[in-house]
Amino acid sequence: MTSEWPLWEVFIRSQHGLAHKHAGSLHASDAEMAMKNARDVYTRRNEGVSIWVVKSADVVASAPGDREALFDPANDKVYRHPTFFPMPDEVKHI
Amino acid sequence: MNDNARFEFLLRMGDNALVLAQRLSEWVGKGPVLEEDIALTNVGLDLIGQARMWLSYAGEVEGAGRDEDALAFRRDQHGFRNLLLVEQPNGDYAETTARQFLFDRWHLLALGAMTRSRDERVAAIAAKAGKEVAYHVERSSDWVIRLGDGTDESHARMQRAIDGLWMYAGEGFLPDATDDAMAEAGIGPDLAALRAPWREGVAAVLAEATLALPADDFAQRGGRQGRHTEHLGHLLCEMQFLQRAYPDARW
Repeated sequence: MTSEWPLWEVFIRSQHGLAHKHAGSLHASDAEMAMKNARDVYTRRNEGVSIWVVKSADVVASAPGDREALFDPANDKVYRHPTFFPMPDEVKHI
Repeated sequence: MNDNARFEFLLRMGDNALVLAQRLSEWVGKGPVLEEDIALTNVGLDLIGQARMWLSYAGEVEGAGRDEDALAFRRDQHGFRNLLLVEQPNGDYAETTARQFLFDRWHLLALGAMTRSRDERVAAIAAKAGKEVAYHVERSSDWVIRLGDGTDESHARMQRAIDGLWMYAGEGFLPDATDDAMAEAGIGPDLAALRAPWREGVAAVLAEATLALPADDFAQRGGRQGRHTEHLGHLLCEMQFLQRAYPDARW
């Protein structure tokens, strides 16, 4: 029976967080049930103030096999990191 | 108003929550799907928390040195004051859902009325519990609709569950001398007045679920006076075993 219910991805925004973060996944027959299940499975310990649920099938994911083509070109472009600017001492926390 | 009536009133609220929570705990690890297993356990845990608040206060009002644990684990079935509805066995998921639905809808109305209680402690417990029970109502109503308006089999099972439990659904609207004393003192709700809004809410959900509202309103009673169905003794056997076998055992 479980396998007949589609899979959903759950995103929770925590008390102090600004962005929703992926919390996990669950099965539910529709969006309303997914929302309730997300509340019960992922916010039992006061984790969140907001929930998003998205059908897993609607998530477009990069393929592991494409990893080199997608990400390796960025490896040797150190100049894209802002590490070559002298920072004034007065500026903290950067 | 004597404190014995208030003690009885608090036991009734506490025992409803305690006995139903114990029933729900029987589903732990056996729910139809993982998500539902956790969700139903959450409801049970909410009810345990409520039972603790009611029974602690009951113990203080009684003034005989019994705390929440003594009241929960050292009373025999005739000392329990819960509605007959909540002690009924889990059955299949439709029966568990029907029991929860019929009780939740009574529970929310009763707690709502108690938030205006002249007893501040009662009002505070009712306000806290009411937030939890509002979610319980939403969940159980949702499941009645899903199962009722589902497949042929889920519809048939849901209808059978509602029909089978219906004779236990009306007990919460039949006040006795204790309820009259509590209502008069402004502490407890006017139970008879809860029936109309309860019926209206239940009828609306059953209609959406394509289920028939049972016509016969005969109601079994006695649980709130300590006369129970044969099921409560077995439930207490399991719930109280540890404290009976090893009195004062602690974790």
